[in-house]
Amino acid sequence: MQPADSEKNAGMNAGQKRAVAKTPPVTPAPSVIEVGPSVPTKGPAPAPPDTSRTFDLADEIAGRFPSAKIDYVRPRRVKVTVPPDKIKVVALYIRDVLGFDHLNVVGGTDYIQQKEFEVIYFVGSISRPGQQDLVIQLAERVEREDSPKVPSLTDVWGAAEYHERETFEMLGIVFEGHPDLRRLLLPEDWNDIPPLRKDYVSPGR
Amino acid sequence: MSTAFEYSPDADRIMSVSLGPQHPGAGHFRIRLWLDGDLVVKADPDPGYVHRGEEKMSEYRNYIQNVPHLERPVILDSSGILFAYSLAVDQLMGNKIPPRAEYLRVIMAELNRIISHEYYLGILGLFVGQTTMITWCMGDRDLFIDLGARIAGARVTFAYIIPGGVRNDMPEGLQVQAFETLDWFDKRMDEYEKIFFKNPLWEERSKGVGVLSREDAIKLGATGTVLRASGVAHDIRKAEPYGAYPEFDFAVASLKEGDCWARGYVALQEMRESVKILRQAFKNIPPGPVRLKLGPQPRVPAGEVYARTEAAHGEMSYFIVSDGSPKPYRLKLGVPSFKNMRVIPHLLKGIHIADIPPVYWGLNYWPVEADH
Repeated sequence: MQPADSEKNAGMNAGQKRAVAKTPPVTPAPSVIEVGPSVPTKGPAPAPPDTSRTFDLADEIAGRFPSAKIDYVRPRRVKVTVPPDKIKVVALYIRDVLGFDHLNVVGGTDYIQQKEFEVIYFVGSISRPGQQDLVIQLAERVEREDSPKVPSLTDVWGAAEYHERETFEMLGIVFEGHPDLRRLLLPEDWNDIPPLRKDYVSPGR
Repeated sequence: MSTAFEYSPDADRIMSVSLGPQHPGAGHFRIRLWLDGDLVVKADPDPGYVHRGEEKMSEYRNYIQNVPHLERPVILDSSGILFAYSLAVDQLMGNKIPPRAEYLRVIMAELNRIISHEYYLGILGLFVGQTTMITWCMGDRDLFIDLGARIAGARVTFAYIIPGGVRNDMPEGLQVQAFETLDWFDKRMDEYEKIFFKNPLWEERSKGVGVLSREDAIKLGATGTVLRASGVAHDIRKAEPYGAYPEFDFAVASLKEGDCWARGYVALQEMRESVKILRQAFKNIPPGPVRLKLGPQPRVPAGEVYARTEAAHGEMSYFIVSDGSPKPYRLKLGVPSFKNMRVIPHLLKGIHIADIPPVYWGLNYWPVEADH
């Protein structure tokens, strides 16, 4: 264990020795960790919100995958719609080649008039500098039916697990290949259509 | 911390236990634990006890009516959740926010960050047996709530940041009280550090416990203090500056250890940075109007927008689809606690029961927010 800062914690040293002696033997002793001061990060100056970088991204995706449709390009945001059977390939490309490794959130929308569901993954980037402010919105559209099926992206972004469970219970979209597709937020006795579908009407409305 | 333990399906040996939802500190939240002796072999979070359907509710109300109920999931950080909402609606409508309102938004968001972190450190201290922390933190937190109440008029649920600016101007002469509070709080944070973070008992219980590696933090989608304590200096205020944040001089606190101690300490350092921002904001706040006249039922053009901010618990994001009517067609709320929930089973697996409090309460997890 680390020795206590003797000047500042003179009165607590006795207590620390006792605590050290009592460390349970089952736990592997924590490796000694250097605790430095928190690292202040100034970071590079924020890139101006223009569309040149997002246009580059959109070009790369569209050039690589002809089936991908670029819905819009804005400062810091690109929305790409791909067919559900291609989404995994595109997702892997976005993660590994383009460096978008941090899944922010997964959303789903019920477009009842077009008879379609949209599932949309919002992916940010952390590891690669210079694009930490960009978000790729990777969307897929599936026909509106009782239990439409789309592939799960949990093995691309591990964070998708709970987000997909939420989308499953709120919109009734089945994610094939999900390791543990159960309800998450709704009560166990929920016995109605998924509540975020547009044909579900809240009680009293 | 992962130990070399393999899950055994032996039913006599493995016992299933619920942590919560009646536990006084777990919040409205249950974790199913499978135990072998006092080792956790598997943990399964079970949220939803306070699910209120915020997203469905938003579809029945117009953009202004949505303000008060959207802050309910996280009343500790009510400005943090509304900042992202207002940002999203402003982007949809193309609002140009007056500079004074941008400053007031930053002031309120940073006050709320301190309020939320104080609560977090208090609860963390309480559940590892350091009751000084809860008494001190709750007392000091009230000073910031008072400041917020003088600005917004309400005490905890401020409902202050709204689309088009802020609800009202701050009273004249507030700076005196603000600077007094900040000066005093600077000294208090040094005392927190001495009594809690340098305390050998807390160091013993937290260092090397619940280590989340940098790779896992990114893969599991952690945000906020959890992410920054794992060596990722990612803060939306810096990465994607919004509002008036580019005008302020502050740093992003991050540590590379990824253990419980680091998570708490990052929150403390963040409060120091918030104090720095607040000083600059109170000093340099420009005069002028504080809100745009949007009317009671603003028309929002059709389109969709994704906006994100750094709230106290982490990255707060909104995805709003508008069909041109006064009400949102779809509002997707991406709350930081929900994102951090994926970390809970990962960290709890393989630790002792006695290590659950520093790990669980160290995550800055707010069950009501996760349930939205």
